[in-house]
Amino acid sequence: MSQVIVVTSGKGGVGKTTSAAAVATGLAMKGKKVCVIDFDVGLRNLDLIMGVERRVVFDFINVINDGIRLHQALIKDKRVEGLYILPTSQTRDKDALSREGVERVIEELRQEFDYVICDSPAGIEKGAYMALYFADEAIVVTNPEVSSVRDSDRILGILNSKSRRAERGEPPMKQHLLLTRYDLDRVAKGEMLKLEDVLEILAIPVLGVIPQDDMVLQCSNLGLPVVLEPKSTAGQAYMDAVRRLLGETVELRFTTPPKKSFVNWLLRRTA
Amino acid sequence: MQTVLSLRLIAPGDPEFFALLRDKIAHNPDFFRDAPVVLDLAPVADATPIDLEAFTSELRRLRLVPVGVQNAGPAWQAAARSAGLAQLGPGGQPGTANPTTRPEPLRQRPTAPPRGAGLVIAEPVRGGQQVSCPDGDLTVLAPVGHGAELVAAGHIHVYGPLRGRAFAGANGDERAMIFCDQLEAELVSIAGIYLVSEDLDPRLRGKRVRVWCDGERLSIGPVP
Ligand SMILES: Nc1ncnc2c1ncn2[C@@H]1O[C@H](COP(=O)(O)OP(=O)(O)OP(=O)(O)O)[C@@H](O)[C@H]1O
Ligand SMILES: [Mg+2]
Repeated sequence: MSQVIVVTSGKGGVGKTTSAAAVATGLAMKGKKVCVIDFDVGLRNLDLIMGVERRVVFDFINVINDGIRLHQALIKDKRVEGLYILPTSQTRDKDALSREGVERVIEELRQEFDYVICDSPAGIEKGAYMALYFADEAIVVTNPEVSSVRDSDRILGILNSKSRRAERGEPPMKQHLLLTRYDLDRVAKGEMLKLEDVLEILAIPVLGVIPQDDMVLQCSNLGLPVVLEPKSTAGQAYMDAVRRLLGETVELRFTTPPKKSFVNWLLRRTA
Repeated sequence: MQTVLSLRLIAPGDPEFFALLRDKIAHNPDFFRDAPVVLDLAPVADATPIDLEAFTSELRRLRLVPVGVQNAGPAWQAAARSAGLAQLGPGGQPGTANPTTRPEPLRQRPTAPPRGAGLVIAEPVRGGQQVSCPDGDLTVLAPVGHGAELVAAGHIHVYGPLRGRAFAGANGDERAMIFCDQLEAELVSIAGIYLVSEDLDPRLRGKRVRVWCDGERLSIGPVP
């Protein structure tokens, strides 16, 4: 059965697009057929992070409004089998997202894909609302800081009251916390919130904790979803999250400072 | 629901009055911005009226919206009329202005408080959500997030952390109380009298407490 998952946050710049690209790519690497959709109309950058920006001909908005067929707009990833990108328009605005149009596209994608991942824009306006409305599950991307946690709490309220499932009185959307840009040094110094503090406020299950990792930016400059870079700790953590999404039990990593290795210890003694 | 604030005038002529008020507003500007305000004149009923016109224009400068007075004696009623303020009854409802009788004493308890069946909420109340129970007690069996709002005519019970705002006795019932497992509230209010987070005793933070109205002010104490 096809699952529609929204990647959302309320607050901007927390890592939604990075996460949507990583999770979609990771699911495809696990053999699933996946489509990732950019709902950030006017500020498209999913195609950049996925490295397909030079192959965009038609987009999501054309499919909704201009009689373009879905298959003319879907871009097939060249690196991972079963991975497709539905880019958005850079020139139109979010009013081009009609509810009926979004519904038609999502229903069509459900017929063909195991997972439909919706990359939400920031904020709580129309684009964000459309991205979450038809979802079965939500990945709430949060950074370990107070403002981000509060916005996530707000989004959780909206997921529970404004989604189609809520309006129809269906079972509530499954919600997952993805805590990203987790910087152990700053958490240790008390400059950022600990995982436990965030959980205590949001009270939803953890899908993953993604460490702060400079390789994320390098990868996005190269158009490489970070899970395709095995050296990246963030990529490894995203891959763990994907396995949890698929039902595996995987222990959390990168949530405690790495143990000092024996060599380090020796060096310190002789220094 | 629109919350109407009740500003109890104890020493409106005090030179410090507006400075103190401005301080209070600075702690929670979003809450006070353009908030309708009723001036409760009970504490000064017997004093000589001040120039309410000048007083209200000062309030407007602080972005409050004075709408009326309550518990005004005859002299104050005249002052209120010329300042364009409505006369409201002691509970905040439009009153029957009767200049020949003294206003009802403030401490008088309503004889039959409004109490309906109440409302029980089992899911977390998230930031931005408002739950209101216009005719009874409101009970929440889950956390109440920052920026969430609870409004009840009667008591409010939160079996979990209370991080948002709670307005008990919203129709003016001063016997209403707020109970919570973990006090982290942004604001607690009973019958329009409120305390903001800044005013809460830090020793009570995170504790299981009861909030009640103790005459002119709110008291907070541990639940045994
Ligand atoms: N784990 C990480 N480590 C370091 N940098 C990160 C990490 N995750 C995201 N970033 C950086 O944070 C910035 C914002 O990321 P991204 O564009 O994914 O956020 P977004 O939530 O989609 O933003 P918007 O709200 O604008 O859509 C980017 O520069 C990205 O490289
Ligand atoms: Mg984005």
